[in-house]
Amino acid sequence: MGSFLSDFWKHAKGSVRDLTPIVLVIGIFQFLIFRQPVSGAVSLAIGAVIVVVGLTFFIYGLELALFPIGETIAHALARKGSAAMVLTFAFLLGFGTTMAEPSLTAIAKEASNVAASAAAIPDTEESRKNYALGLRLTVALSVGIALVLGVLRIIFGWSLPVMIITGYVLVILVTAVAPDDIVGIAYDSGGVTTSTVTVPLVTALGIGLASSLRDRNPMTDGFGLIAFASLTPMVFVMIYGGVIQWI
Amino acid sequence: MMLSAARIVIATAGDVLPIVLFIFGFYVLVIREPLPHFGRIMTGLVFVVMGLGLFLVGLEQALFPLGRLMAEQLTAPEFLGTNPVADAAAYSWEAFIWVYMFAIAIGFSTTIAEPALLAVALKANEVSGGAISVWGLRVAVAIGAAVGVGLGCYRLVSGLPLHYFIMAGYVAVIIQTIWAPKLIIALAYDSGGVTTSTVTVPLITALGLGLAEALPGRNALLDGFGLVAFTCLFPIIAVLGYAQLSAYTASRAKKRKSATASSEELRSVEES
Repeated sequence: MGSFLSDFWKHAKGSVRDLTPIVLVIGIFQFLIFRQPVSGAVSLAIGAVIVVVGLTFFIYGLELALFPIGETIAHALARKGSAAMVLTFAFLLGFGTTMAEPSLTAIAKEASNVAASAAAIPDTEESRKNYALGLRLTVALSVGIALVLGVLRIIFGWSLPVMIITGYVLVILVTAVAPDDIVGIAYDSGGVTTSTVTVPLVTALGIGLASSLRDRNPMTDGFGLIAFASLTPMVFVMIYGGVIQWI
Repeated sequence: MMLSAARIVIATAGDVLPIVLFIFGFYVLVIREPLPHFGRIMTGLVFVVMGLGLFLVGLEQALFPLGRLMAEQLTAPEFLGTNPVADAAAYSWEAFIWVYMFAIAIGFSTTIAEPALLAVALKANEVSGGAISVWGLRVAVAIGAAVGVGLGCYRLVSGLPLHYFIMAGYVAVIIQTIWAPKLIIALAYDSGGVTTSTVTVPLITALGLGLAEALPGRNALLDGFGLVAFTCLFPIIAVLGYAQLSAYTASRAKKRKSATASSEELRSVEES
């Protein structure tokens, strides 16, 4: 218990340090530009303490649960030696976590408003809902495919730069033909898919897989899954926007 | 307040639960082995849900309202001195100097506070055997994000097409990849996606939407998007650059060391 407390205290100090810049930025701008005292300073201070406690617990849980789960699964799957099993797991993990991602739900709703105001879809409640759901399914599918591609790369040792640069070329080619109003949303959807819970799980999966396969280096082969997951949604969402507009 | 806090923690649990159920289900049904350290993992998961929930509660109470308000105030036409019917091109960039400063500062500071980035940095430090420092990586990514958000705001003001900037960024990444140390490439590519998460996205989205609303001739819904894409791309360039820089200084130090060593050898040979 004593070691737990001292550990916790060490993590908490780290959390305070991590949050100092953001507090400083907001404080300095408040004083320099708006020249007004911060209203509700007590509630702000309470909020800041809660943020620190939360971040500390999260980092703790990360090392106790999220990293070990990802790595344990990767090792177990590698031991079973079934590539199909690994790929199924990767696809389902990518698809499932993305469908459950709250910031994607928010951005899909915004996007359906854009599409309705650009007259790409009829401006009714139902068509907007369908559009948003379609968008979420598209992004989830693309993240699932991204993780499958990334795991295949780790298994076969394909070159990451070649694959990523091919992805960039695809993004540029599809941008040229995609409707203008989908481009911004498509580019942003790449970034919002990878959340705070998914990132540690996926990273641990890649590293666990690379370290349990022979001839694979966890540093050069284990990372890279997130890169795929933030690239493929751009291409898929632009295609989705195009298809919706053309039909 | 207690009620809304409880609601956020429950919502977080709702977000995490499907993932957890899926993983346990997969383990039991497909791998068919008992999960090792079950108790420890369950404790950890409770910590993750509680921690993430409290983190969001605190952010919602303290930082987000103030950050959003600031983004709104900085981009208000009265503050900028712009006229919503005039042409944006008529204003010099100095009119937006505070917006750019805020964009850069908020891009940097939110990235430092991003838990997903911390997770990846911890893992990279462990896997590289300490060769990649946790703080070095986080600061490099944060500098990239700061430049990204700043440039993204400049694009919004200037009205230039989003894909010009993104393509230029891609070209930079490709050129850097050719010369960057092999060890860092995969991690650098990953660092783009991990930057934009819980802390960063709500604040920079508010900044983008506020700016697009305040500028004449811009549609908030159409032009407000794109900042996240910038924040995703520029950390890749920054991390590759950081790796190139440290490889360069290391090789120079090595050269100098071997140069002095060989001259000392020469001297000792001459002396004998």
